[in-house]
Amino acid sequence: MTQQEALFQYTLRLGDTSLIHAQRLSEWCSNGPILEEDLALTNFALDFIGRSQVLLTYAGALEGKGRTDDMLAYRRNERQYFNCLLAELPNGDFGVTMVRLLFLAAFEKELFTALQNSEDETLAALAKKTLKEVRYHLEHAADWVIRLGNGTEESHARVQKAVNELWMFTGDMFDMDETDKLLIAADIAVDLSTIKTKWDNYISGVLEAANLQQPTSSYMQSGSKNAIHTEYLGHLLGEMQYLQLAYPYAKW
Amino acid sequence: MNDTTTINAKEEALLARFEEKVQNGDAIEPRDWMPEKYRKHLIRQISQHAHSEVIGMQPEGNWVTRAPSLRAKQILLAKIQDEGGHGLYLYSACETLGISREEMIEQLQSGKAKYSNIFNYQTLNWADIGAVGWLVDGAAIVNQVSLQRTSYAPYSRAMVRICKEESFHQRQGYEIMAEMAKGTPEQSEMAQDALNRWWWPSLMMFGPHDGDSPRSADAFRWKIKRQTNDELRQKFIDKTVQQAEVIGLTIPDPDLKWNEEKQCYDYGKINWEEFNQVINGNGPCNKQRIDHHKRVHTEGAWVREAAEAYRLKTQNN
Ligand SMILES: [Fe+2]
Ligand SMILES: [Fe+2]
Repeated sequence: MTQQEALFQYTLRLGDTSLIHAQRLSEWCSNGPILEEDLALTNFALDFIGRSQVLLTYAGALEGKGRTDDMLAYRRNERQYFNCLLAELPNGDFGVTMVRLLFLAAFEKELFTALQNSEDETLAALAKKTLKEVRYHLEHAADWVIRLGNGTEESHARVQKAVNELWMFTGDMFDMDETDKLLIAADIAVDLSTIKTKWDNYISGVLEAANLQQPTSSYMQSGSKNAIHTEYLGHLLGEMQYLQLAYPYAKW
Repeated sequence: MNDTTTINAKEEALLARFEEKVQNGDAIEPRDWMPEKYRKHLIRQISQHAHSEVIGMQPEGNWVTRAPSLRAKQILLAKIQDEGGHGLYLYSACETLGISREEMIEQLQSGKAKYSNIFNYQTLNWADIGAVGWLVDGAAIVNQVSLQRTSYAPYSRAMVRICKEESFHQRQGYEIMAEMAKGTPEQSEMAQDALNRWWWPSLMMFGPHDGDSPRSADAFRWKIKRQTNDELRQKFIDKTVQQAEVIGLTIPDPDLKWNEEKQCYDYGKINWEEFNQVINGNGPCNKQRIDHHKRVHTEGAWVREAAEAYRLKTQNN
């Protein structure tokens, strides 16, 4: 693997996670528990789409085969997608969506903070620009998890269940392989083991403030770095890519 | 003089002053005295308008996850977000008249309050998203531009703000239609199909012909409404027919013809039978839209309750 190939792969991962998370959040459109929250979730989806456009465009340029952001988004199958597993999990109830956002945004905050110092200028610039929105997502998610955890008996039970169910997908975010190693050596990528402790500490803090138990099970599902996904991703892509696949020669 | 006549005399003086103000073209602010009928009329109209923005998120939301490009997805999501924002803004304007958002939502769900009939139609292919922006937002603009001068100030301010975004939506919708009309044969077929299905319901958005429109006398005297249904409909037709021609689509009305003398288009007979059917609940999506709204509202109840419980808990500390 050349450094260029590794960087393509790395950028694709970041772009895919944004895109797939955006797709999930956009499912909340007209389905939010209150209108304000409907709009907030849609807004986050828009942030993620914007981020994925930048990343997929850059990935296409790195690859050098003329693929645009749309081609990468709409013409790859589930074994060619590298988003982390958490992003593709179904929305569940509002609690599940907020816990998923909390886990992901807490990860992204540490990731992009570190990535600001990347030797790759494009990624460093994106990280800097993205941090502001990531902080906002994280604040919003943590705020809701704390409210739900301390709200009613029902909300407490629901959000605890969400934490328990999503927990085993959190390890996947931190998995690293050859791609990471090669780019870490070149000071381009972030060594995820260095941000894991920060993530752990932050999440324990929020769960404690939310009066929620941190799961003790140590089983972690992994696979996204090899494009081994949950069964949910195929359906998500089937829906998202429907028009492009049904009318391959059309321009939209 | 007894108490009742004093009150009546006082009331009449207030009413006279109110009518005079409105006739002078002065705006009415929430703190100003207003007749009960004026207040009721506005609540009905503004809440209906707010509900329309919110229910309208459903037919468009139907295509968010299937938008055919990242840019298209972004534009559509942002548009729907605008509509939700309009809903919020209008709910607040309506609240200045002494009704809560909860009450308005109850009235929507019980069927007491209405929303625009147009959203009881289906979005069946991607071109429908173009057609909704082009025609539905296009028709809404014509109506709302006229309402920018409506007598109730919070409503008029809401319209000024909303109109800017609506014309953006209209252009984006038209862009989708234009793109599809000149695309592959399947795409231009979708575009024409969407126009065929949305044209007549769009014309119905302006309401019954002037002679058949209930409640309009008060609305005009009080300058809530500034132009008649037929005037507004004609405006919409005249600007839209040409836009269709430019992109090579055919308006599905064999009677449509330029009238040289009147300098506007003559158009065919609107199917008011269908209009009345849909208004009375028998449209393709009436049940679906309200059921959806109720389901989401019920499913979200635990979240709202939790937020309220948390607010009370933290307030006490
Ligand atoms: Fe609107
Ligand atoms: Fe609009």
